[in-house]
Amino acid sequence: MLETLTNILSMTVLYSTPLILAGLGGLYSERSGVVNIGLEGLMTIGAFTGAVTTIFFGNAWIGLLCAIVAGILLALPHAIASITFKADQVVSGVAINFLALGLAVYLTKHMYNGSSQTPVVPDKLSVISIPLLNKIPVLGPSIFQALPTTYIAIALVIITYFLFYQTSFGMRLRAVGEHPHAAETAGINVIVMRYIAVMISGALAAIGGAGLSIAIGSQFTQVTVAGQGFIALAALIFGKWRPFGVLWAGLFFGLAVALALTGQLYHLTNYVPSEVLSMLPYILTILALAGFVGKAEPPAANGKPYEKGAR
Amino acid sequence: MQQLFSRMNKMSTFLASLISIVLGMLIGAIMMVAAGYNPLEAYNALFVSALFQPYDLGETIRTVTPLLLTGLAVAIAFRTGLFNIGVEGQFIVGQMAAIIVGLKLPLPSGLHAVAAVIAGGLAGAIWAYLPGLLKAVRGVHEVIITIMMNYIALYLSNAVVFHLLAPGADSTEKIPDSASLRVQWLSDLFGGARVHLGILIALAAAFVMYVLVWRTRLGYELRAVGFNPLAAEYAGMNVKKSVILSMMISGAFAGLAGAVEALGTNGYLPIMNDFTGIGFDGIAVALLGANTPVGVILASILFGVLEYGGGNMQFEAGVPFEVIRVVFAAIILFVAANIVEKIFHSRRKKGVKTNA
Repeated sequence: MLETLTNILSMTVLYSTPLILAGLGGLYSERSGVVNIGLEGLMTIGAFTGAVTTIFFGNAWIGLLCAIVAGILLALPHAIASITFKADQVVSGVAINFLALGLAVYLTKHMYNGSSQTPVVPDKLSVISIPLLNKIPVLGPSIFQALPTTYIAIALVIITYFLFYQTSFGMRLRAVGEHPHAAETAGINVIVMRYIAVMISGALAAIGGAGLSIAIGSQFTQVTVAGQGFIALAALIFGKWRPFGVLWAGLFFGLAVALALTGQLYHLTNYVPSEVLSMLPYILTILALAGFVGKAEPPAANGKPYEKGAR
Repeated sequence: MQQLFSRMNKMSTFLASLISIVLGMLIGAIMMVAAGYNPLEAYNALFVSALFQPYDLGETIRTVTPLLLTGLAVAIAFRTGLFNIGVEGQFIVGQMAAIIVGLKLPLPSGLHAVAAVIAGGLAGAIWAYLPGLLKAVRGVHEVIITIMMNYIALYLSNAVVFHLLAPGADSTEKIPDSASLRVQWLSDLFGGARVHLGILIALAAAFVMYVLVWRTRLGYELRAVGFNPLAAEYAGMNVKKSVILSMMISGAFAGLAGAVEALGTNGYLPIMNDFTGIGFDGIAVALLGANTPVGVILASILFGVLEYGGGNMQFEAGVPFEVIRVVFAAIILFVAANIVEKIFHSRRKKGVKTNA
């Protein structure tokens, strides 16, 4: 029993890590007023770049850094289209998803003789155990004996929390997403803030994606990300656009993924079809948005292009 | 005079779309050159192989068919102020419903296919009802709800195949001929290609959209609500009902797309690892087609040619097909950001200044 619990918990942590990272990415973008449907694509480019550069340099940490750069670069077209050119942010996000998957698979096929997956990476971000803490029953082996990306995710939740609510940068970012005109009057450059937020968004989503290809998994394929960017988006909403909300929602959805995957193992699927478990995050998000599981209110200026001087 | 202006406006939209297409293909060409391929050879292979042989032409039409319908679905929602990103999910339930009727309902030939197509359209409309309702009653943005509904549709369809239609197998059996949209004379006309009657349904749907949106009182109301809900409400229109209805009409088009793809092209329903992508492509089609029926028809032809020809390009010129996805993405970005018009506009403004 204890072993089962430990297993499920550690799988929950494992599967929630990319969701939390990408969800945090979405948090920066959307709190600044830019909807980011492109999380899926940003994760994809992170996963692809992480795998390819790890193969090239033979070091997964360098791979992770390259993935971050790629994520920022791919977030740029979204920023340019939706902030500077005031394109519909949802449409632009959809285009980012097209672009990322197309680009990643195109380059993979080009580099690896038409194969739509990379070879296995020579180096991985491997599990780090924290001495003493990892001896705590159940929690130890699942949380304190985890992948580096998990620690990064938890650290980023805390950092984001302080950044958002204790620093002037965070307050400016939130102001821009709620009342951009008032923020501009107060001397904040709305355009610059939004650019920064969208680029951070790309960086974080890319870390989440890289985790899939060089930490949890060990290669990039066409289906490495497979919708996790959208679950991250769901986690962002279910977490009510707050840093710790993203953490809990990410963990919860990670649990759903873990149960769907291990359900067969524990005969859970005798009672609930695994498809129902897979649906759970999405159903809960709809309920949350509909106001049945606490009301989820997006930032006031989310999705609205900023027109200087307009009301 | 006003008519002249509106015509000029249409022309410039058309021109802007055309320039966006060229720019998008140029980006594709740059990517090919960067990877050491010859873009002229690649594009040549793409267009020649998509259009010049009867068989390929038939397959291109087959590829265009569902794109036209999902494009219409997205366009009609845009026209009424809604962003239906859930076309993919509505497509999937449309597929599922059509196959269920095709497999389980013993009906005479002719009637069977009609019933299956209608079932698909209905299923899509029903799937779109919830996001419409939540938007109307609770004010929840339809984009997020429909994205979530896409995934629910995917898993639902898989559960139905795995637990009900074909226990333990990875796809259902083929539907009987009575439910199929494939007809011999049409296939023969195109050298045995899988082109099917769905294309007629899709063209009819484009006509229906035109009449519904621009020639009926209902369509006028739907557009008015999309344009300015407050004003529409003030004018005595039922905004809530209108939002739900718009969403359901859009869903019906998407469901039809799924139905014709299932009944015409595949003839069975597999367990899906991933989305078909046809619903998402509809967004690109609608956008490029400026949300008009004729525009959507033209855009679906272009995307259909690129999609089908892209496969042959990979085969003949060795260029990975995915470069076409990048071209799609670039076209969407250029059209959405309205880059072409903005550049022209700033030119014109500058011109005025220097004259003065």
